[in-house]
Amino acid sequence: MIGVGKIKQYSNVLDKPLTKGKQEVSLSAFAFLFSELVQYNQTQVDNIGELERRLEDAGYAVGARVLELLCHRDKGNRRETRLLNILSFVHSTVWKVLFGKVADSLEKGTEHEDEYMISEKELLVNKFISIPKDMGTFNCGAFVAGIVRVIALLCSVTVN
Amino acid sequence: MPPVAPRSGDAIFANVERVNAELFTLTYGAIVRQLLTDLEEAEEVNKQLDQMGYNIGIRLIDEFLAKSNVSRCNDFRETTDVIAKVGFKMFLGVTASVTNWDADGTCCSIVLEDNPLVDFVELPDNCQGLYYCNILSGVIRGALDMVSMKTEVTWLRDVLRGDDVFELQLLSALQREQLDLEPDVIKRLSIVLHQVSSR
Repeated sequence: MIGVGKIKQYSNVLDKPLTKGKQEVSLSAFAFLFSELVQYNQTQVDNIGELERRLEDAGYAVGARVLELLCHRDKGNRRETRLLNILSFVHSTVWKVLFGKVADSLEKGTEHEDEYMISEKELLVNKFISIPKDMGTFNCGAFVAGIVRVIALLCSVTVN
Repeated sequence: MPPVAPRSGDAIFANVERVNAELFTLTYGAIVRQLLTDLEEAEEVNKQLDQMGYNIGIRLIDEFLAKSNVSRCNDFRETTDVIAKVGFKMFLGVTASVTNWDADGTCCSIVLEDNPLVDFVELPDNCQGLYYCNILSGVIRGALDMVSMKTEVTWLRDVLRGDDVFELQLLSALQREQLDLEPDVIKRLSIVLHQVSSR
């Protein structure tokens, strides 16, 4: 392998050069890992709301880091401060990096002035998940919602 | 039909669906962080990660066998070679190497230079007992368990703990050799049994 001597010791993770982000792993590796995340959290909760909240928490942790990363890499260290710009940043850049494609659509809600919707037909995290009947409304998309929410939050826009 | 040749890890990896490694890395990070919050003790987290890896391993082996066309490995050397060259490549897109064999071929090390699990990761001082990638050892143990190989997998070196590479030690406990009958031996055996019973 070419990798001989490639790994250098850095005392601090922040000293490492930022990767280009082109590395990939197989979808199944991610699906296995994600299903373990869901199953583990299932053992920790009593109801669906709680489970979704925990998944959202996990999403939070991912989202905050994705934002940092993408701001440094793609936007020359600048953050969006305007609502529409943030939303389109999430809709296109974030989605593209995380899921390999732009989200299906970004729409403005009709009921409230400050309501917007990002929609996606086939959410990656739902792909291999089948929901048992007794857990009717549960949606693994909560994980992704967490990602989106924290990005908006850190750019100081409120999302519901 | 002629037997199908085993496929190389690169060929499989090129053909499967893939996702961004950063999503994978960050999701794993989120899991570890949740475990640390819930369980508090690094030792407990290690155990839970290993268990999760085991759960993954017993399911992952199916996909691995279906996609790789690997036939039964004749010895432990072959097994570890397949894990390092095909398994790691197929799922994580990285290649590992196998070294440090002991004399009787039951113990060796898998060395990883690249590990997609640990990008952006640094262990804080209060997590020194944590084996961050413990899920990987669980996966290997679980997958091998499903093909009737009992192994013990332990971390010898870890970049996050200041070593230069990741080193996983695989210790094989060949308990179930009696199951390793060749198909034609079984066929002959059953013919003999048939003759005995029809007498």
